[in-house]
Amino acid sequence: MTRNILTLVVLSALIVAAALLAQAMGVRLYERIATTMFVSMILVLGLQVFMGNSGILSFAHIGFMGVGAYTSAVLSIPERMKGMALPDLYPVLESVQLSPYATIIIGGLVAALVAAALSYPLMRLSDAAAVITSFALLVVLHTVITHWSAITNGPRTLFGLPEATTLWLACGAALLALLGAMLFKESRTGQLLRASRDDEVAAAAIGVNIVQLRWRAFILAALFAGIGGALWGHFVTSFSPRAFYLKETFLILSMLVIGGANTVTGAVIGTLIVTFSFEALRGLEAGINEAGVMADQVIGLTEIVLALAMIAVLSLRPGGLFPTREIGALLTRNRKSEGRAK
Amino acid sequence: MDFAIQFVINVLSLGGAYALMALGLVLVYGILKLVNFAYGELIMVAGYTMHLVGGSPLPWLVMAAVAVVMAILAGLATDYVAFRPVRAKSVTAVLITSFAFSTLLQNAALLFISPRPRSVPLPEIFSQSVVIAGIPTPMRDLITIVAAVALLGLFAFLMQRTVLGIAMRAAATNFTMARMLGVPANLVISSAFAISGFLAGVVGLLWMGRIGTVAPGIGLEPLLIAFIATVIGGMRSLPGAVIGGFILAFIDTTLNYTLSQDLLKFRDAFTFSLVILILLWRPEGLMKGPASGQRT
Repeated sequence: MTRNILTLVVLSALIVAAALLAQAMGVRLYERIATTMFVSMILVLGLQVFMGNSGILSFAHIGFMGVGAYTSAVLSIPERMKGMALPDLYPVLESVQLSPYATIIIGGLVAALVAAALSYPLMRLSDAAAVITSFALLVVLHTVITHWSAITNGPRTLFGLPEATTLWLACGAALLALLGAMLFKESRTGQLLRASRDDEVAAAAIGVNIVQLRWRAFILAALFAGIGGALWGHFVTSFSPRAFYLKETFLILSMLVIGGANTVTGAVIGTLIVTFSFEALRGLEAGINEAGVMADQVIGLTEIVLALAMIAVLSLRPGGLFPTREIGALLTRNRKSEGRAK
Repeated sequence: MDFAIQFVINVLSLGGAYALMALGLVLVYGILKLVNFAYGELIMVAGYTMHLVGGSPLPWLVMAAVAVVMAILAGLATDYVAFRPVRAKSVTAVLITSFAFSTLLQNAALLFISPRPRSVPLPEIFSQSVVIAGIPTPMRDLITIVAAVALLGLFAFLMQRTVLGIAMRAAATNFTMARMLGVPANLVISSAFAISGFLAGVVGLLWMGRIGTVAPGIGLEPLLIAFIATVIGGMRSLPGAVIGGFILAFIDTTLNYTLSQDLLKFRDAFTFSLVILILLWRPEGLMKGPASGQRT
């Protein structure tokens, strides 16, 4: 128990420190980077809830981010903007205009509902079949989002979202997500789910209803993703369906894999590390472009380095930086062994 | 009648291309249980090779051969970079490395070539058409059909009659047992990746004959098609992949003719929902493959 509290304290301190640091720098860009990072962190923690505990890779996560973002957008875009932003919107929704803080939560709930409705039968599948269905689900969600013009303005950019997400709102949400992920991991559901991850047959034999447990984790993950997406939407205020597809999936997945999918610590620290290196590389790219060393624009360097890092991590340290133990457990273990040495 | 002939030619040419794509994917999956997300990028590699050698005075067939060889090399690179280092680890790890490798290749194309589509040299014949029974038919459709039939025949011969093919089928059935009996595992795996690259290269040429350009994201659509086709036909069965390719082409063509413009936009959503339903109802696909063994 103390170990878990220690983990929570250490990770929360890291998150708050990152926010304070970004604010103390006083540069608008750093605040933006930190806010985006907290949104990513919510998504990564959501993915960790499902993937870390059930051991199944899910590609559909970003799709639910899109569901959350669009739900929140439709409900919160000011009435006078709707005519321009969403010309084909259903008349029923035209006069709806809620506070973005409410719609962020609604966005998460709708994502969770969609996940609950779609995913129950999918939870029977394991391994490659599960991965392909989740990939197929991502494509389905993406196709629907791209073409359901009435709600999403089709493949075009949707604009006019009221700005609501601040650094501290995103930070607070990330802290809640951290708490949620830890609580789920230590809950009965989480523990049984991890038992099924380690040995599906044995877990089923002691009466674990694997489908049911995976389903719960998947819904919680979608809730996180939906809220993350809505927060992001109210931060950037305009986006297109392309934001919720393979590129974003790759980024979120790399954060989780590099940090370690099995631990909440891995999710948090992976997000910090990847965001930091991502922004450093992007800065480098911009620097090269400005200096005009290369004839063409330099793009894609960041992704190449991330991909190499992911492959390197998986082949050298397959569990990521924090493969099995949370940081709290690591710290207390060290203290114990020191005590013994004395 | 006219309509029927046109429909059949469409289905056959599309189905031939789809079947080859699916075959390349299922070959690797059957032996290694690896869903190779970097498969589409092999097609991209073939495309960019064509673009790069496009300015040279070489005859088109030589350029095409170079492109296919590059696709084979890229297939082998997948083995060494994304598969071999992690093959003893979890299935998830392998999936993620192949996804990472796919991103790596795509962004390398972005970085070193261009984010914009580039033209691919095509011989005259790809843009000509002939009249069959009163219907103008593009030559490229006929070429695709012929190439598909020839390659499927060659592939069947390879798998049924040669030592390598038998070793590969043995490895797909029971990898451990095959190794015990002296089948060299690494060679079989590398061959699977090489053949997969070969099929991707040829499909890439046919595919680019349809669109005429190559862009970094070109591999996604063939990959998705190959996914659906293999799931329909059977994830572990080679004939299943071919049948799945033709069934998918039939479904796609029918939807193209029957769906209204509004619904046609959602075609991908329909076909991918179909994938999910098939995996739920019959996870092994229409054709059941050999019983699955251990991977390493």
